[in-house]
Amino acid sequence: MSDDVDFDVIVIGAGVAGSVCAHQLAKAGHEVVLIERGSEPGSKNLSGGVFYCRVLDEVFPDFVSSAPVERRITRNVLSFLNGDSHVNIDYWDERLAEPANAVTVLRARLDPWLAEQCEQAGAMVMPGVRVDGLLRDGERVVGVRAGEDELRAHVVVAADGVNSFLARDAGVRPKEPQRHLAVGVKSVIALPRPVIEDRFRVTGDEGVAYAVVGDCTQGVAGGGFLYTNRESVSVGVVLRLDDLGARGLSSSDVHDHFLAHPAIAPLIRGGELLEYGCHLTIEDGPAMAARDLTRPGLVLIGDAAGLTLNTGLTIRGMDLAAGSALAAARTVAAALSTGDCSGEALGAYRTELERSFVGADLRTYGRAPKFLENPRMYGDYGRLLADVFHGIYTHDLRPRRHLVGAALGAVKASGVGLGQLARDGWAAARAL
Amino acid sequence: MSAYGSVTDRLARNSYVLDEAECHIEVNQEIARSTGTGKLLVRVCPAQVYGEAPDGTISVNYAACLECGTCLAVAAPGALTWHYPRGGFGIAYREG
Repeated sequence: MSDDVDFDVIVIGAGVAGSVCAHQLAKAGHEVVLIERGSEPGSKNLSGGVFYCRVLDEVFPDFVSSAPVERRITRNVLSFLNGDSHVNIDYWDERLAEPANAVTVLRARLDPWLAEQCEQAGAMVMPGVRVDGLLRDGERVVGVRAGEDELRAHVVVAADGVNSFLARDAGVRPKEPQRHLAVGVKSVIALPRPVIEDRFRVTGDEGVAYAVVGDCTQGVAGGGFLYTNRESVSVGVVLRLDDLGARGLSSSDVHDHFLAHPAIAPLIRGGELLEYGCHLTIEDGPAMAARDLTRPGLVLIGDAAGLTLNTGLTIRGMDLAAGSALAAARTVAAALSTGDCSGEALGAYRTELERSFVGADLRTYGRAPKFLENPRMYGDYGRLLADVFHGIYTHDLRPRRHLVGAALGAVKASGVGLGQLARDGWAAARAL
Repeated sequence: MSAYGSVTDRLARNSYVLDEAECHIEVNQEIARSTGTGKLLVRVCPAQVYGEAPDGTISVNYAACLECGTCLAVAAPGALTWHYPRGGFGIAYREG
């Protein structure tokens, strides 16, 4: 292995994936630089879901008590939303508080903390630097180029997010089909702590996360989300790009429609807007992550590797980012110790990934994206559910029907059809 | 327009470091027009960076860009040149 390097490893992108990977490698004694294009880690990062944080137990033993996290999620609400009705599944469980299963985070607070842990472990953090491309020696990636500067390393880890220009540069990622991607549009709205506790029925540092389908997106494939931070609420929509394009709607209008919806507006009423942001996200993680994730001298992790899972009920990215970072760190450490950072040595990353929860869950939910392409998920089923309950609770002096009769009547009236319902139900069971 | 103001009002609350020397977005007007990409950009961009003049020309207010990359993902080949702003410039989220 050439000694003509500035660092053992260059990690690009100080998000969850990049920071966890840089931390692990620095802690193992390797020379690591973590390059971030924002003037401060976190300043370019935005998330729209909760962080299933158990994966960090092995990295930062006191993560939830020492990191700047917002709230532990103990209440999950799945909401089928229609224009003038909704049917919610509201799941509250104290067991989710300890050990903390999922937390809400604001990335401008979390990511600087993660980068600080990297520095304490011995990594050099280099913010305010945009990496413009990869340096190559033949087929082999040997470093990065940033403006006039060149930095060389035995291994480059690309944690540069969903748009990963480095993965494109390396020829790993073609132009992504639009149905693989979605745009998230989010507002962070300040509310006093007592208002959050009263309005969302939470106490202390516990919180709630809503996953919403249906009228929240005006029928566009995708969904709405809302979750509580310490003294604010993050609320917004995720819109699949192919469907957003096809339906002729504007992404900011759909976001505004959701916030003004009679089921959502009362939850954020009186709040002050702190920030309006957006971020591209991945709808078909299993398809994207099935591609090559390494080249000689290069490893992709986190969003750059396509690692996101939308199961309909849970939307995951940060935990997979951390899981892939751990798998990559193990692979890179082994490669550095043998002095072989070729494609073959780094190819062991795939095996590490498959062995971890990341690979297992990608396999389990491999069918979910296809199932979630079903347009009935974004309209018909929400109305159907509301019609079933409407049949149960409306007492208009007509003779009552048994529950099954009322439900069958609603199915018949919905135009979905029993056969279709059975097929979708079976597909849901297999996909989710 | 929503209870929280227009998109422009809302973006005014965000923190940006404007790169006066370099614009990171460029539209090929010919291709944007012939492929319909122009109209699509106007709709999909959550920050309303893109606007369409009466003659169909697409304007770019790159200072408002939130750097999500949605425009690049939907643009027809050749219609758009888009990269991240130079290091340290652009949106600086304070919440995220």
